[in-house]
Amino acid sequence: MERTFSSKAYLDMELLRFTTAGSVDDGKSTLIGRLLYDSKSIFEDQLDAVKRASVQKGSEHLNLALFTDGLRAEREQGITIDVAYRYFATPHRKFIIADTPGHIQYTRNMVTGASTANAAIVLIDARNGVIEQTHRHTYIAALLGIPHIIVCINKMDLMDYREEIYCAIKNDFQSFASKVFPGNDMRFIPISALKGDNVVKPSENMPWYSGGTLLYHLETIPISQDHDLVNQRFPVQYVIRPESDEFHDYRGYAGRVAGGFFHPGDKVVVFPSGIESEITSVDTLSGPLTEAHPPMSVTLTLKDDIDLSRGDMIAGIGLAPRESCEITTMICWMNQKPMQINGKYALKHTTRDVRCIIQSVEYVLNISTLEKVAENKTIKMNDIALIRLRTTRPLFYDPYTTNRITGSLILIDETTNETVAAGMIV
Amino acid sequence: MGNYHLTHLKELESEAIYVLREVAAQFERPVLLFSGGKDSIVLVHLSRKAFYPAKIPFPLLHIDTGHNFSETIEFRDRMARSVDARLLVGSVQESIDKGRAVEEKGINASRNVLQTVTLLDAIEANKFDAAIGGGRRDEEKARAKERFFSHRDEFGQWDPKNQRPELWYMFNGKKRMGEHFRVFPISNWTEMDVWQYILAENIDLPSLYFTHERDVFYRDGVWLAAAPFMEMKSSEKVEYRSVRCRTVGDISCTGLTLSTADTVEDIIQEIAATRVTERGGRYDDKRSEAAMEDRKKEGYF
Repeated sequence: MERTFSSKAYLDMELLRFTTAGSVDDGKSTLIGRLLYDSKSIFEDQLDAVKRASVQKGSEHLNLALFTDGLRAEREQGITIDVAYRYFATPHRKFIIADTPGHIQYTRNMVTGASTANAAIVLIDARNGVIEQTHRHTYIAALLGIPHIIVCINKMDLMDYREEIYCAIKNDFQSFASKVFPGNDMRFIPISALKGDNVVKPSENMPWYSGGTLLYHLETIPISQDHDLVNQRFPVQYVIRPESDEFHDYRGYAGRVAGGFFHPGDKVVVFPSGIESEITSVDTLSGPLTEAHPPMSVTLTLKDDIDLSRGDMIAGIGLAPRESCEITTMICWMNQKPMQINGKYALKHTTRDVRCIIQSVEYVLNISTLEKVAENKTIKMNDIALIRLRTTRPLFYDPYTTNRITGSLILIDETTNETVAAGMIV
Repeated sequence: MGNYHLTHLKELESEAIYVLREVAAQFERPVLLFSGGKDSIVLVHLSRKAFYPAKIPFPLLHIDTGHNFSETIEFRDRMARSVDARLLVGSVQESIDKGRAVEEKGINASRNVLQTVTLLDAIEANKFDAAIGGGRRDEEKARAKERFFSHRDEFGQWDPKNQRPELWYMFNGKKRMGEHFRVFPISNWTEMDVWQYILAENIDLPSLYFTHERDVFYRDGVWLAAAPFMEMKSSEKVEYRSVRCRTVGDISCTGLTLSTADTVEDIIQEIAATRVTERGGRYDDKRSEAAMEDRKKEGYF
């Protein structure tokens, strides 16, 4: 059999997770369809199905948006009800797209999609320029700490591919974004998702642009620095005690590294006890490791017999996480039932489960104007607000801007068990 | 500073191990749904990694339609022994005998849908509170909307319109009595990822995945295995061909690929060149455009 596909190269690819933000008619589905189609990630049976559906709906050409068509309930209503995940790969990277719908419950869905993303694509319709929705999307991407923003100015074909249109929108965006996005990596690309300009193939219609296609940027954005590599953080997820003859006294702390590097011999401190110890080994089924870093799942053993359990934290000496029951956090409210001030909720932070009481609302953010409204104390679905809460037991945390894992939390309604809020600790 | 670059497969592995450990930590009676297919075999492998040096802290559950390839059953028993896991078998035949499920009739009869009854009965009888499955979001559009932790009501049903938002890597497994969760640790893997992982980790697979000769017949664009319970049309004739399974399920719905691939490397080459999705050969998905969506809502895998 002819060997054309290289497993060696495949095993050396990186993973990039990105989210797409755009209003209903910005061409988001078309853009994703274009990426999948031009990168040859569409299979024949999928293509046939879309061709059939395009004809049925009276489209003259292949309707790329139909590649991301979802559930029957959505097709019937012509809407998208939830975050959908799409996958494609090029010889350089594998991509996970969190495809979020652009209408009702938008904030909730975008926050969900953005929470694990390395990059966000913000789509702007070249005919409309920067609008209120653009502010919202950009603000959410900033709030969720997405390190890389790619601004795609779409539908350039409808504006005769004019450079001045692109430049005006870019300037507009920059003057706004410099307020919410200081220091983040920001890139601008003029595209036509419908015609394929600058998505996967360089555009012949815009010779004035030489900044690389969208796919080029997705393939080359540096992502290895997206984790906190300085402060050692290891939330204990599960305690492994084999109780077998071979591993009679083995006690391992299983978890995923949330920050920094861990090596055998490293001096560490464990929370909540504050006791110091030393790492004996970093274990995996394939053998012990000399080093573990984010986001590896490993098992640590310690020199001393300390009582550690799920929800505790192993950290580096001298770079301790903050420890408090009084937490100030930005939240995005995600439930039909408004937030109850003085209400009690279950709270999850890393692997730690506690309860909390909402103490006060500092302000609710008007996400279109970025105005902080201190008088508003009612927090409803899709609202973003700064609140204070008190937990039953202390959290060991970092500011969200330092570490997206140890700086995030969720709130759960104890009567319905629903996840009602996402929190980014200040 | 050392090398802090994780390859995408290592990152997916780490994610899956994290999810498996969350299951063990958050639930009292989890179970791993084991079909004998490659995805569930990879899940067992990942579970060994997640809990080493301890044993896998949950049993394996196989829903046996009674129409399985004998190779699947042999492989299942061997694998359970080798990882020292408890194996439970839910029998669709038993559900039919008890009148809990009714056998389909006609030319396209399959026990695939009936598995849901047996599965939900097994979950209820054993009081399982989390069932770990090998579903992947790239398989099918209804699966693209699945969570890692997918809530099921007391009837075992999935409500795609009312899913809990899943933020960062914090999984909310809280539930009421009688409800349970389906958990999909390899949600973010694609078919190619699974095969590359099998190659990289040298994971043993049932012989069905590799080329072999057997009696087959052709129906609606799919090759199916000839078996005593497979009713055939008069126009269909049995041929003896070199085939392999791209996915492994019940005989009645597993499409076979004409292939001479006899190593994992060959299979990877074949998949890289294939222009049809994995489920394109699944007879169960061809029933209607929303076939998977409907089955999932009722409590299917």
